[in-house]
This record gives sequence, C-alpha cells and structure tokens, in this order.
Amino acid sequence: MIRFLLKGILRDRGRSLFPLLVVTAGVFLTVAFYGYILGMMNNMIRSNANLRHGHVKVMTRAYAQDIAQVPNELALTGVAALSDELRTSYPDLDWVARIPFGGLLDVPDDEGETRIQAPVAGLAVDLRTSGGPEPGLLGLAKILVRGRMPRVPGELLMSDELARKLGLDIGGKATLITTTMAGSLAMANFTVAGTIRFGIRAMDRTGLIADLADLRRALDMDDAAGEVLGLFKDGIYRSDQAAAVLRSFEGRYAGRQGEFLPAMQTLAEQPGMDIIIGRMRYATSAIVFIFLLAMSLVMWNAGLVGTLRRYGEFGLRLAIGEAKGHVYRTMLAESLLIGVLGSTAGTVLGLSLSWYLQVHGIDVSSIMKNITFLMDTVLHSKITPLSFVIGFIPGLLASLIGTAIAGRTIYKRQTARLFKELES
Amino acid sequence: MIRFALLIGAIAAFAAAASAQVPTADAILDRVDRNAVPGSKILVSEMTIHGRRESRTVKSKSWIEGEDKAFTEYLDPPRERGIKMLKLGDRLWTYSPDTDRAIAISGHMLRQSVMGSDLSYEDMMADHKLREAYDARVAGEETLGDRPCWVLELTSRSGEIAYPSRKTWVDKGRFIVIKEERYAKSGRLLKTLEVRSVEFVQNRWLPKEVLFRDVLKEGQGTEFRILSIEFDAPISDALFSKASLRK
Repeated sequence: MIRFLLKGILRDRGRSLFPLLVVTAGVFLTVAFYGYILGMMNNMIRSNANLRHGHVKVMTRAYAQDIAQVPNELALTGVAALSDELRTSYPDLDWVARIPFGGLLDVPDDEGETRIQAPVAGLAVDLRTSGGPEPGLLGLAKILVRGRMPRVPGELLMSDELARKLGLDIGGKATLITTTMAGSLAMANFTVAGTIRFGIRAMDRTGLIADLADLRRALDMDDAAGEVLGLFKDGIYRSDQAAAVLRSFEGRYAGRQGEFLPAMQTLAEQPGMDIIIGRMRYATSAIVFIFLLAMSLVMWNAGLVGTLRRYGEFGLRLAIGEAKGHVYRTMLAESLLIGVLGSTAGTVLGLSLSWYLQVHGIDVSSIMKNITFLMDTVLHSKITPLSFVIGFIPGLLASLIGTAIAGRTIYKRQTARLFKELES
Repeated sequence: MIRFALLIGAIAAFAAAASAQVPTADAILDRVDRNAVPGSKILVSEMTIHGRRESRTVKSKSWIEGEDKAFTEYLDPPRERGIKMLKLGDRLWTYSPDTDRAIAISGHMLRQSVMGSDLSYEDMMADHKLREAYDARVAGEETLGDRPCWVLELTSRSGEIAYPSRKTWVDKGRFIVIKEERYAKSGRLLKTLEVRSVEFVQNRWLPKEVLFRDVLKEGQGTEFRILSIEFDAPISDALFSKASLRK
C-alpha cells in the first residue's frame, strides 16, 4: 500500500510536487532560521565574553562583591602563578589577565597646560606579546579606524569619537589621571597609536584600550590584575562546563577565610549578563515560536489546498466503488509520506546550511564597513539536538492535519453530482 | 555668724551662676578659628593609611600661608616622592615628576582620596574659618577622656561646602576640636575625626595626632601625625606659583 502510494507521489508530480516543495521549504527555513538565531545569540554572548566577562572570571572575593566599582585596590596579586595554575588545571580554556580602569584624561596645550579633560573608562590587555590572544579576542584589527596597533610602551588605542572630541590625532599625547592599587594618585603619559570604534555607545564616549604592562606600571600593579578571564578555546560558552570549572575551582578555596582569596564567576552569574542571557533566551524562544507557527500555517494550508484540488478525483474514486473511509485513509497516508519526505529533505537542507555556517560562517565585514561593532563580523549558525526535530515534527504534523481537515469533504461527496460536474 | 553664712551663700550662688554661663557657639568657634588658622606655618607630617589590604605611611612637607595658599611636597615613600600640590584660593594643581605635568584638580576629582587616605582633596582645600562657614549652636556638654567639651552643631551657611553639617566637640580649656562628625546634606555620616594627642606649640594648642575615617570606606582610617611645625615662618611668595611645582 505504502509502496503504491509512494509510486503515485513520485510519478504524479502534478499532485505531489507543490505540497512536497512547500513542506521542504518550510522545514528548511525553520531549521536554518533556528540555527541562525542560536548562532546570533552565541555571537552576542561571545562578544560580551571576549570584551568584558570571559566564560569564567577570576577575581578576589572582595573585588567580586564590588565589581561594578572596578575596585583595583582589591585586585588579584600573584597573577603569573595563578594564571599558570589555571592553565595547567583547566587546559580547555585560554586565560588572560586584564585591568579595567577609570580616570580622567588630560590633554595638554603647547605649553603643557591643561587644554581639555574628559572622564575615561579603559581596559588594559596584553597588546604587545607577539602572538598573544587579546587583539584577536577583541577584534581590534577590524575596529581600527585610524592609525595602528600599539607597538611600543606608552601607546594606547582610543575611541575615535573620544579622540575627535578631545582634538587628538594619531601621535597625540595625553595624561591619564587615575589611582594606583594602593589608592594613590597615578599620572601617566600616553601616545595615541590608533583610534577604534567600539559600536557600544558608552564605550565610544569614553573608551580606551591600553597595554597591560603600561597600566601595571602606572597603577603600581606589578604581577597584579583586576580580573583573569577564562575563555573556552573554541569560543563557545557552555554553561554546564563553565559551572563544572567553577565548582572545581571554588572547591580549592572552600572553608578558607580571606577577602583577597580568588573567587570565580561564570558568564551567566556576572552582573547584567544573567538578565541579558535570560532575555535573549526568552526573545529567541518567542521569535522561533512565531516563525514556527507561521510556517506551520503555511504547511497546513498547503495540505488543505492540495486536498481540495483533488475534489474531482475523490468523486471518481467513489464512483468506481472505493469506500469513503479508504479514500480518506489513503489521503492521510499520502500526506504523511509527503510530510516525511518533505521534512526529511527540509531538515537535511536546513542542517547542511547551518553546518556550513557553523563551520565557515559568513563574513559580513564588507557590509559593516561603516558600522564597525565590537563583535564578530563573521556570522555563525549553531546546530543543537533540537535542530534535528524543530522543523521535522511541524512539517509532518501540519500537512497531516491540513489533509485530515480538508479530507472530511470526502464524506460529504455525492457521486450523483459527479457526472453533472464532469459535463460542466 | 548669720551675716557670714549669708555672704558665703551669696558667693557660692554667684560662682555657680558664673560657672553655668555658657558662651555662645559663635564665641567658641571664634576661639577655635583663632587657634587653628594662623598667618603662616611650615609643617612636616605623615599619614599612615590603613587600607583593606595593607597599611602604608606617606610623609610630606607643607608650606601654608593663611587660608588661601598652600604648597605640599611628598617626601616618602619612593613612589610618591616628588609629587607636589599647590593650592591657590579655590584652585588646586598636582604635579608628578613621572609625567612632568602640573594638572588642575577640579570637579568630581576633588572628592577623590588623597594618596588613598581617608582624606579627600576637598578636605585638604577646606581651610576656611568655621565661624564664617557655619551657623552653630551649643547642643550640650560632654567629657571625652578627661577633657570637658562643648558639643556644637554646625549647619553650613551656603550650599557650596563639602559637609553641610557637622557635630563638633570643642575642648573647653584649649579651644581645639577634639572630635568631629561630618555629615552629607541627607544627614548621612560621611567622615569622622578624632584627635589622639595634642601639643602646646608656640603659645597655641595643636592636634598632633588625628585619626580620620571615611565611614563609606572599609578600612581602619588614616592616622595623621605632625612631626614638626613652625608658625609664622617667613615663606617666599614665589613658592606659591605653578613654576615652583616643576622645581
């Protein structure tokens, strides 16, 4: 029976091609869209992780409690030994030390007197170690607007907007006024090596990126850092693995007292990120649900239309003696087969595209030339176990339900009117 | 005998009445100001800052002329050595030898901590006479240690002042502030001051060791000690110029 129906579907393309194409297209779009949305979400998480939070972050217990204030007086010490220990214990992650800092930038005039001042918020990262991961993590080469990367001590990158506001060109000099780890006044001269566009409003107003060694010297933070970030080497945040690293790390210090002992937080635990991730998941689910609903309606409609188009065929089959129940059941079986074929084809195509985008991504940097964001300009999809069924089940059910509803007309069909219809 | 008893009674009543007479708050503040704000002084002092992580001591030398002019050079520790500050009226500059720049400290920077201590630049700048800046009333009397004190409540006369209200304990005999609580406009306690020891120098009482505490910070406060002081010393006017910062 199934073989007979399958032959009918394959040979009589007039009646099966349209429903098959609709189901295939609908399932393909659903799977591909779902993968893309997940990929976008991952991209945003990746940008936040790379810029500020890491997948896990190590700081002192006291710093963690006051993290919004960026309290460098509570920073980690003995960072080289701690980083070595982290690299040995958790080799799946890259570990980088950073110093977020705030202060005032003072730009002198020709006589060395203050010409203009502005509040700044900066990030000190290892910019000058050859082959170091930081420039890549922050995507600095892509967001460089003018100038070049810092090469020698005392050079920094500055937000292009801030540089223009302060009237600073490449090679311009300014003095950073901030506080040392001990809370003393710190003043350090810097030269602008390049300007960047973060794409984040607050950072474009006040942002600086300086070399870690320069800031350590200026803030009297030898072998110290505000934060040590851990990032999974493949760049993908996995909450369960991050939580496992956290449990293992915290276990080492359990029961020990001291506000300057290291403490760890996962990305999702950090202030703001818990809300962002929650909202992103909610928004993603809502978007996927709405899209799925729309695609289900389209496929359902295809089932309805496909069945109604065959009104004459039902009459003929009934006229030659086929039972109404048999016609209805064969219609459902046919629809199920179309659903299986279409959903399989759609899922395979959708997964193929998602896989390609997951592995290779699409480089959209050419479209984003004028809008440079501090995020990966290569967009990636993401395949999860749900990707395999998210399109398949609606594809199967929607066309089946559409056929089941439309097929009820078989029971209202009167063979007495068939010849009249055929004559007309 | 009766006459004698009446005379003794009258004398005792007069003495009691005289001792119960409370000077006005303004009169007390006048005496405090006269004691605290001399013509000029040169002092060497040190601050021991008890932070959350460690304690450290910063030594400096200051030249002060009246209320408006002050020049400070940090002598120790090595990281701080050579940093200078100049106050001229309501303006403040700081110079660091590392950058060879003299930078004006203004706006919110004035509220920043000086060298990580519990004192802000605003605290350093505030050398005004209490009598002129505040309306005061005598709130009572207390004995701190073995020193009887007037307790004054001060309310600022203008809005542009770091501490809109203060509660001040003034030593009755020496007319120096030996304890103080400084409040925000909201009534929140911001800082406390506690004089640990005093010294009589050149005919005036001087708080020699003071503990400042910024109650919004965690830590054990900042101990300020005067190591040496010279009143009414001649100070060259050239010192109070921006050019002297670079010398």
